[in-house]
This record gives sequence, C-alpha cells and structure tokens, in this order.
Amino acid sequence: MSMNRRTVVKAIAAGGALIGASVMMPRAAMAAWAESAFKADKQDAAMNALLGSSEAADSAEVTLKAPDIAENGAVVPVTVRTSMANVESISIFVENNPNPLVAEFMIPAGTDADVSTRLRMGKTSKVTAVVKADGKLFSAAKEVKVTIGGCGG
Amino acid sequence: MAKNILKVKAKARGDKTKVKMMAKHIMESGQRKDKKTGELIPAKFLQELKVEHGGKVVFEASMGTAISKNPYIAFNFAGGAKGDELVMTWKENTGASATETAKIK
Repeated sequence: MSMNRRTVVKAIAAGGALIGASVMMPRAAMAAWAESAFKADKQDAAMNALLGSSEAADSAEVTLKAPDIAENGAVVPVTVRTSMANVESISIFVENNPNPLVAEFMIPAGTDADVSTRLRMGKTSKVTAVVKADGKLFSAAKEVKVTIGGCGG
Repeated sequence: MAKNILKVKAKARGDKTKVKMMAKHIMESGQRKDKKTGELIPAKFLQELKVEHGGKVVFEASMGTAISKNPYIAFNFAGGAKGDELVMTWKENTGASATETAKIK
C-alpha cells in the first residue's frame, strides 16, 4: 500500500512539474520582448534598457516621416527610412507618452531599413527614430503636434 | 484554430517583395478607463510579430502599447517570388499567440 501511495505522489509531482514547465515555456519565449524598456516612463531610460545607451548621434541619413500636425493622436502614420548599411534595428520613441518606447523593428540582412507603421500619441511631443547600424546609434527627431490625444478616453 | 487577425498584402516586384500588414486587434493600452465602472481596462496588445520567408526571418517587431489600434506595418525585403508563402507569428501580452500564412502576389 505504502509503495502504491508513493508512486501516486510521485506521479502527481511529475505531472505538476510538467504543467509548470508548459506554463513557463511561453514566458521564456517572450524574453525577446524587452519589458523593462517598454515599461520605462522616460525616453533615456527606455533607450538605455533597449539599446544600452541613451546617446544617439543625429544623422541626416535617417529619415523620419511624420505629420507636422496630427489631428488624431490615436493614429499617427510614421515612416522611418535610412540609407545606411548593416542596419540592425529601428526603434521609435515618443517622448511625452506615458511609455516613450513605441516599437522596435529588427532588420535582418536583406530587409530594407524602411518601415512604416501607425502609432498613438497622448499629446504634442517629439518623435524620435533611432537606427542601430554597425553597433552605433543614429537618430532623427521631429516635433508632432497633436490636436486630440490618443491615450485615455 | 482561432480566427486569423492578420491581413497581408505582399507583392513581388523585381528582386524585392513589398509587404503591407494590418492586424485586427484592439491594442488596449491598459490606460483607458471603463466609462461605466471607472475601472482601468486591462492591457491587451500585440507584443511580437515575426515574418518568415522560406524559413528565414525577414522582419521582426517588438511593439508597445503606443502602436495604434489595428496595427499597420509595411516593409520590404529582398527576394521572394509570386506564390511564395510568408509565415507570420504573433504574440499577445496575454500569452496568446498564433501563426498565420499568406501568399506573395
């Protein structure tokens, strides 16, 4: 009897471990998402957490296309483009948003450093595009006026 | 199988393929309040999106809550021919994820 009970307990423990592992699996896979960077409420902190530095050199080779005035802060079309070689990633920051980091796009070899997306802006703010190329950071910024905020409601 | 949320338009032109994607997703930021109860609506947004072509990752995005509702992303990559398949994998902050495919036109 006691042996039997032991095997049952063991089976349950093993089962528990299995369930635990399967729950953990997606978490581990999620590690690529830089949580500390996305949760940071200051642009410098977000840049440090994501790119390891908050210093990016202004560069004319980085083109940030965004409207001067965004009537609707909920949908602000933005295009980031650069002619640089060996681009690793493109990140977009909105300084005055609750969490300045908007998104990071990985650019594998063969993919153009030319990405368009639409983002939310809480209020008028500087939008910064940061390009990581050859391990260095380059940026372009633009002030976008927002008439109606896209956060809260 | 959950319903597909991605709408993908991929067009091969010359030696490049232009991809335009739109995901049908609320992208709830976690900062909005429910008008009736005054309570915060929990965040629910897409965190990751990966596009593969022929087993090679051609694009990867990490997104925060500041991406608009129904996210739109456009990019180009070298290679790709008409009829090729693109494999998109997305992940939500809730842990939900799915893989969808689309053909290059």
